[in-house]
Amino acid sequence: MYKATVIVKRRPKILDPEGKAVEQGAKLLGFSNVKKTRIGKYIEFLVETDDVKIAEKEVREYSEKLLSNPIMEDFEFTLEEVK
Amino acid sequence: MKPKFGVVVFPGSNCDHDAYFAVKKILGYNAEFLWHKEKDLKRSDVIVLPGGFSYGDYLRTGAIARFSPIMESVYSFAENGGIVIGICNGFQILLELGLLPGIMMRNESLKFVCRDVYLRVENKKSIFTKSVAKNILKIPVAHGEGNYFAEEKTLHELESHGQVLFRYVSRDGKTGEEFNPNGSLNNIAGIINKKKNVMGLMPHPERCCDPLLGNTDGSLLFKSVAENL
Repeated sequence: MYKATVIVKRRPKILDPEGKAVEQGAKLLGFSNVKKTRIGKYIEFLVETDDVKIAEKEVREYSEKLLSNPIMEDFEFTLEEVK
Repeated sequence: MKPKFGVVVFPGSNCDHDAYFAVKKILGYNAEFLWHKEKDLKRSDVIVLPGGFSYGDYLRTGAIARFSPIMESVYSFAENGGIVIGICNGFQILLELGLLPGIMMRNESLKFVCRDVYLRVENKKSIFTKSVAKNILKIPVAHGEGNYFAEEKTLHELESHGQVLFRYVSRDGKTGEEFNPNGSLNNIAGIINKKKNVMGLMPHPERCCDPLLGNTDGSLLFKSVAENL
């Protein structure tokens, strides 16, 4: 079995109003060095197979079809074997 | 013959009854609810994807609803020229499904906007607007994610093919950022596909059909569809 961790990020060109709002909070707290805050998604799940290739294929398809929208987001993932 | 409107119900739809009430009780057409787990469109002439928060808007608005069994049938129906109207969340579902181009982002203000807006009808050659005599419509919006975005090439195509159906404007039809409730590109409020049989719009026409409410501009769109089917 594998544990998959998927991170979905908005493309750099896509506006991120949430990131902008959070950064305003950072400024209020005095974190004057904080720049370019972007908010994305972190998704984890298990893939019930012992074949890493099958796991990879499934995670990639799941990420392309549902977890991210290719028009505005990119994704990256890692797989970790679990017992 | 009276046309039949099929109103799709997803878990989290909350404008389904308004849409049903508007077309059936106020305008006198046939209407039936279509449960998202079914595949049968029950011989509907027009499919309405109503507003709401299907699947809690989790992941992205409309992202999960677009995989509902009924949407396979809606997709084929649209591909074969069937008339589909997506209102608010319904519009977002059509974008995720790929029947309409582009995406919806969080409102620029980060606030949920709920108020009347003015729309300029940009194209009167579509079935949705052919019989609409007015040039400016007053219709309410109610959404947190109506900030329409498309890549430059797509936007250019939309504009040059007359696919931008409605734009947010002032009461007297002037364009300007101050009349844009959500930050959408080019003040876009509603678009149609290339084949001109699928419409998505953020404002809620079903909420202004009853004369008792003092505004019936929304009914003009449903009437236009019914009269030109």
